[in-house]
Amino acid sequence: MANDPIHQFQIQKLFPIEVGGVDFSFTNSSLFMALTVAAASAFLIFSTSGRGLVPSRMQSVSEMAYEFVAGMLRSSAGTEGMRFFPMVFSLFMFVLVANLFGMFPYFFTITSHIIVTFALAMLVILTVTIYGLMRHGLHFFSLFVPSGVPAALIPIVAPIEIISFLSRPVSLSVRLFANMLAGHITLKVFAGFVVSLSAMGAVGIFGAVLPLGMTVALTALEFLVAFLQAYVFTVLTCMYLNDALHPSH
Amino acid sequence: MASQTHSNTEGTHEAIDVPAGEHGAGFPPFDSNTFASQILWLAIFFGLFYWIMKNVAVPRLAGILEDRKDRIAGDLAEANRLKQETDAAIAAYEQALAEARNKAHGIAAETRAKLKAENEARREKAEADLAVKLAAAESNIADIKAKALSQVGEIAGETTSALVEALVGKAPKEADLSKAVKAAMN
Repeated sequence: MANDPIHQFQIQKLFPIEVGGVDFSFTNSSLFMALTVAAASAFLIFSTSGRGLVPSRMQSVSEMAYEFVAGMLRSSAGTEGMRFFPMVFSLFMFVLVANLFGMFPYFFTITSHIIVTFALAMLVILTVTIYGLMRHGLHFFSLFVPSGVPAALIPIVAPIEIISFLSRPVSLSVRLFANMLAGHITLKVFAGFVVSLSAMGAVGIFGAVLPLGMTVALTALEFLVAFLQAYVFTVLTCMYLNDALHPSH
Repeated sequence: MASQTHSNTEGTHEAIDVPAGEHGAGFPPFDSNTFASQILWLAIFFGLFYWIMKNVAVPRLAGILEDRKDRIAGDLAEANRLKQETDAAIAAYEQALAEARNKAHGIAAETRAKLKAENEARREKAEADLAVKLAAAESNIADIKAKALSQVGEIAGETTSALVEALVGKAPKEADLSKAVKAAMN
């Protein structure tokens, strides 16, 4: 159905696979994950294949992405945080390319599924927790007791800190998921107006100009959101990693 | 305008109401039947992507940026070294210039002194020559004057003698004549 704004999020099985009653089919979502990985890897590898001292246009885009993520990570988690750079850079590039891929008509937006963003958020939170515990042992839990808080307030502050820590994967994943989902639905709805109004004859075609303009504006906004949400996801990842490195804040 | 707004609202209802009726299966992102497949393939592809980033892309980019940083640092050091060399060369040049200027001053002063001495000598010689010539001319003039004066006495004696002879009719004596001429001339 052309006007169905939810249709674009439908998972379609391309190669059905079932193991022990659980569905592991290769779907359109899997296909676009593969395309995202292929496009991002190919761009980063081919643009830097010249290893030019003076970068070509493509190479400077790759360098910009590297410097951008490195700057974020270094400013939030310090030089020590650079050990997580491959992970943070992978997350940023994956989310950014996946979001931008979603902007192509008829492309599936993998980040519009909560399970994908939640899995990525859990990857971050588990990395933070496991690395924090390995490095600091039980001292890692001083994360929940901010320094400088009077002893009397600790019973109140510590639960708040614990809840905020536990809600991190939820907020991290829901933010990205909801932004992509809402943006794509809005775009589809406004684009749908153009079609349904145009079908109503001359007055309708005249009226369709308004939602068409809106669709154009929203498309621009969605490109911004695609980048911004990748950026926000990465910045928060960097800040959480800082907690793993320096738990007592 | 009102009819357009109205049709817009209708469009919204159509757009949103239709899927609910057609699919009924619920909202795809919340369909837990697809979760296992999505997590599996995400793990596979994100894992692959992480491996590629960690082993190929990131080391390569880091290498490129490191090379550039080193190269820039090297170039700056080289530029610094060249600048110091230039400064040294300028200092040496200025010193040489000052020396040359001093030397030129010396040469000029020497030449001036030499020329002055030569001129002086020439002038003295010329003055001496002139003095000799002047002395010779003066003595010549004196001679001529003396000679002329003696001839004046003689002429006066002769004239006086002739005058006296014409007046008196008889030539005076030689001794009287010269005595009278000498007294008149003095």
